[in-house]
Amino acid sequence: MFHRESGYYKTSYASDSALYPLPIARFAVAGFAILFFVVAPLLVSSYYLTILNLVGIAIVGAIGLNILLGLTGQISIGHAAFMSVGAYTAANLATRFDLPFWITLPAGGLMAASIGIIVGFPSVRIKGLYLAISTLAAQFIIDWIIVHTPAISGGFQASIQVPRPTVFGAVLDTQRELYMFILVVVVIAIVVALNIARSRIGRAFIAIRDQDIAAEILGIDVRRYKLMAFAISSFYAGVAGVLYTYYSGVANNEFFPLVVSIDYLAMVIIGGMGSVLGAIFGATFVTLLPIAIDLVMTSVGPYLIEDAGALSGIKSHMRLVVFGGLIMFFLVVEPEGLNRLWLNIRSYFRVWPFSY
Amino acid sequence: MDMFAVWYFVETTINGALIGLMYALIALGFVLIYKSTDAINFAQGQFVMISGVMVAALAADYGVPIVVGAIVALVFMILFNVMLERIVLRPMIGRPVVAIIMATIGLAAFLEGLFPMIFGATTRALDLGIPNDPIIIGQIYLTPINVVGGAVALTFFGAFSIFFMKSRKGVALRAVADNHQVSMAMGINVERYFVLAWSMAGVVAVLGGLLWGSAIGVDNTLAVVGLKVFPVVILGGLESIIGAIVGGIIVGVIEAWGGTYIDPAMTQPWFREFFPFEGGGTKDFLPYLLMIVVLFFKPYGLFGKVHIERV
Repeated sequence: MFHRESGYYKTSYASDSALYPLPIARFAVAGFAILFFVVAPLLVSSYYLTILNLVGIAIVGAIGLNILLGLTGQISIGHAAFMSVGAYTAANLATRFDLPFWITLPAGGLMAASIGIIVGFPSVRIKGLYLAISTLAAQFIIDWIIVHTPAISGGFQASIQVPRPTVFGAVLDTQRELYMFILVVVVIAIVVALNIARSRIGRAFIAIRDQDIAAEILGIDVRRYKLMAFAISSFYAGVAGVLYTYYSGVANNEFFPLVVSIDYLAMVIIGGMGSVLGAIFGATFVTLLPIAIDLVMTSVGPYLIEDAGALSGIKSHMRLVVFGGLIMFFLVVEPEGLNRLWLNIRSYFRVWPFSY
Repeated sequence: MDMFAVWYFVETTINGALIGLMYALIALGFVLIYKSTDAINFAQGQFVMISGVMVAALAADYGVPIVVGAIVALVFMILFNVMLERIVLRPMIGRPVVAIIMATIGLAAFLEGLFPMIFGATTRALDLGIPNDPIIIGQIYLTPINVVGGAVALTFFGAFSIFFMKSRKGVALRAVADNHQVSMAMGINVERYFVLAWSMAGVVAVLGGLLWGSAIGVDNTLAVVGLKVFPVVILGGLESIIGAIVGGIIVGVIEAWGGTYIDPAMTQPWFREFFPFEGGGTKDFLPYLLMIVVLFFKPYGLFGKVHIERV
């Protein structure tokens, strides 16, 4: 990740799609692994670990949406609804059948994936705006069904208390233990996504994104791959929903409103469409943004605005303004997002200090 | 009150249709932009919201008469939309649909934050001077604001139809909608007509803001009305003004039926035996359900243009 190449030496497809472009990349990955698995849990305080946990959950969801939006080019404004599906599936399994997390986690994902296939079905016939709106409809319909079916939502207020996950008899209830739990899932999510992107499936997705009719002529089963993209993306969303449920201890549909779907779209766009690294950047950025705005407003705000009530009102609206402004800014000025900025920096340093 | 009486059914349907016409008015703003510039505007509801908030805040906090406030809002919306087109949407011409959808979703979030920040997030009433007493025809009770709204919407649809059919600018706008390159070759200044389309959408938004604002009060939730636009335009077809009216009426009537008949039915034991759902609120998602069904069978809506794609 942080190595410098001295030029372009790729001579085969195999080397172009290799996970480790150079032997030194293994050291970089090992370094990151040590940083996040050993150093962070030991040194970072509990409050910052909660933020890291939220970032981790967002990364899983954003990678999933990125597979759909960035790789396959199919828009979905119902991502949060799939998280909701995953969350309630896991909550019901965990409370009614006392199933451990290693069953509820994939089960939540699979449930979300099967709903995702149903929701994605219109994508076989329609695209662009029509698909956007039918996924928007899915958000409302799924939400309504969950809230209004006591068998799923657990009745009043639609929230279910979920027991903490246990590993080998040990209950994971501190932020540090939850951090390790989420981190493992995040790593699996990243590795799987990287491998999907460079394999036959990922290439088919990219072909469909770039020109779906041409892809069909090339022999790609567009229908199957579109549905597969929906399934994979919803699986990720479901897993993220399950993680959030275990993280907060409650499954509640109010965690997953339409705004969250838009947050995830923003993560993918701000981070950079079509790359896993971009999804990670985007998820980190969008999760940290409200925290940063809050911090700035509490430290600087009182000097500008006297009234505390007015200040807190402005604070909550400021987030939307900055957020919407950033989405527009990135789309107009830098459509490839933070990932492109990162790549620009890298390619600048590739032959530095020489000009070429 | 007898739920199954004919007059009650007629009353529900007419009130629903009138509300539907008010939805159609907002949908018109969406259709105008989509027809001529191919841009998909997810922020139409927010346009309605900001113009409503502006008029109501000027009236309530600064004592500006509503007529003056409406003119201020009109001028502001036109200028705002022209700038928006110039700064955000023109650089994005030719980009994937997904990007334009996202840009307007970003715009929606931006407006939803900015206007309450400036004018405060309190709910205000917007009094257009329309009486509250129901209009009674025989046994049918109609809500006056809905009647006025429906009438205004119909008048505007008539005016827009004449504009598109008869006036020089309207014909040019239809040409632009049909094909950008050909109209450019015919000597039409396409970009100027983009500006015109966005300004007209601004005008429609102010009207919608006034009507909806006085119907349900003015605050951030006014933008939720914008979400109803999507079933309307999908049902009617994206490029069709007639489609917007028909779609609007369908959505309005379905909503009214859902609220009056399906919601109470859902509490009945015989219903709950088959569908163990709780509570009502079907009117919020019935239009979407209908829309999905229509999408399966007629993907381009009832009056939409069927696209034939070539590689």
